[in-house]
Amino acid sequence: MSNLLKLTWVETKLYLREPGIYFGLAFPLVLLLVFGTIYGNAPNAFLGGRGSLDFYLPAYIAMLMIANTCYSLPMTLINYRERGVLFRLQATPLRPWMILGSQLGVNMLMTTLGALLLVVAGRLFYNVHVTISMLSVFLAFLLGMLSIFSIGFLIASIVPNTRIAPIVGTLLFFAMLYLSGATVPLKLYPQPVQQIAEFIPPTHVIRLLQNIWFGASWLDYGADILVLIGVLFVCAFASSKLFRWR
Amino acid sequence: MTRKAVIQVEHLRKTYGPVVAVDDISFEVYQGEIFGMVGPNGAGKTSTVECIEGLRMADGGSIRVSGYDPYKDRYAMRAHIGVQLQMAALPERIKVWEALDLFSSFYPHRVNLDALLEQVGLTEKRNARFANLSGGQKQRLFIALALTHDPEVVFLDELTTGLDPQVRRTMWDMVRKMRERGKTVFLITHSMEEAERLCDRVAIVDGGRIVALDAPDHLISRLGSEMRVIFTVDGAPCLEKLRTLENVTDVRQVNDRVILSGKGDALLSSVVAALLENGIRFRDLHTERATLEDVFLQTTGRAIRD
Repeated sequence: MSNLLKLTWVETKLYLREPGIYFGLAFPLVLLLVFGTIYGNAPNAFLGGRGSLDFYLPAYIAMLMIANTCYSLPMTLINYRERGVLFRLQATPLRPWMILGSQLGVNMLMTTLGALLLVVAGRLFYNVHVTISMLSVFLAFLLGMLSIFSIGFLIASIVPNTRIAPIVGTLLFFAMLYLSGATVPLKLYPQPVQQIAEFIPPTHVIRLLQNIWFGASWLDYGADILVLIGVLFVCAFASSKLFRWR
Repeated sequence: MTRKAVIQVEHLRKTYGPVVAVDDISFEVYQGEIFGMVGPNGAGKTSTVECIEGLRMADGGSIRVSGYDPYKDRYAMRAHIGVQLQMAALPERIKVWEALDLFSSFYPHRVNLDALLEQVGLTEKRNARFANLSGGQKQRLFIALALTHDPEVVFLDELTTGLDPQVRRTMWDMVRKMRERGKTVFLITHSMEEAERLCDRVAIVDGGRIVALDAPDHLISRLGSEMRVIFTVDGAPCLEKLRTLENVTDVRQVNDRVILSGKGDALLSSVVAALLENGIRFRDLHTERATLEDVFLQTTGRAIRD
């Protein structure tokens, strides 16, 4: 266990030395500040009486997950495999699950940090809705991360090298960003697109977070929870079969 | 005196689909020796060693490392071995001391890391990032990483490939020091020179099999012609007289160079005497000792150069 923590700590330092990372962490925060400044957080009938930031904050949190699962997580693993880092780590007494677990750990840690920044900034500047149901929100957030990050492991298992990784990552990033309601409310899309959105896992993360945030019951969103758990199991199983260490 | 075997390999076999990397290899490595495995690229050295390190599963035969089955007990075994891999890397932005600190944390006990840094000459590079190290510095860091936990057996795969001669010698001294401290060193190399200089015993591998295994000087003396006399002549003098000399095994002339092979301490003086006696004018005369390269040539019929 201490091995896992040590490896995760070192990986966290390495994550923070990656210049692209700040973009990933800062981008949703910048969106929050820009749109917060332009539109404020006044109650909006179109959004069911919530402020636009109340509505978008969960989406920005999902955006952090999408960025990490399309870029940071798979790129690091593919780079490590290509260059022989994974192979070198394998020659130590480290268990394989610790090597992968540290990548999951660092991405969860950084996403949580980014989400906290968003919530604190939203609360400080725009009085975003924060309630005692935040514990529930946190649980939904954890489930969302595990589910979305399992996609990153699958990408790392399928994509063969670092030349292809950015292409695949970028395609998936924009697909997940625009088809999940992270940027544009799904209600504004035509019906067929809304149906496609149901196949995009972050859609369910955003719906779950947006509603749990306002005290909705978990039971009402059982379908979203099942989809996220399903994605987690399918991706984790497929990754365990397809992942190559070198 | 029977020596304790720390590595025992019996009838090892490893295939990748239709490709037979290791055909049938058996040997033992004794505690406290520098054991070398040499051979051309693709001979099966790295596959053999990766099976011993538990990084690949053997298709046949059995292996024991300090009593462990290297595949089944791989995590327990790895606490006792140190590994420098040929195809390895570290994260680009990791600092030298971070890498050492991280790797040493995987093992139950660790050596003094500052002393280790000093030993491999990387004290000044302590805070440098991996990506900013030169090839030689990276190599030295990998060697240090193999030693953080004071392992009983150290595997060094292509230890000095790509290093300049001075660093090479420093590495060789380090390996000898490990032996002095009772450690077992398993060296994988395609450099015959390195094997000859450094190893107590050498296994020459070719086509997935061991074609010779002994101390380097035994292997060389068994050749029957451990010395070559080389000189330049003008024209095409009659060299038949030289062939009949005692201890001469072969005389070849390539253009104006004559290469005479033979053995024994008296070879040189008898050759020179015969040249003078027969009035053969010669220049640039020098001798060469036979090397493992010649052993390889004789046992496989091929030069090791790939």
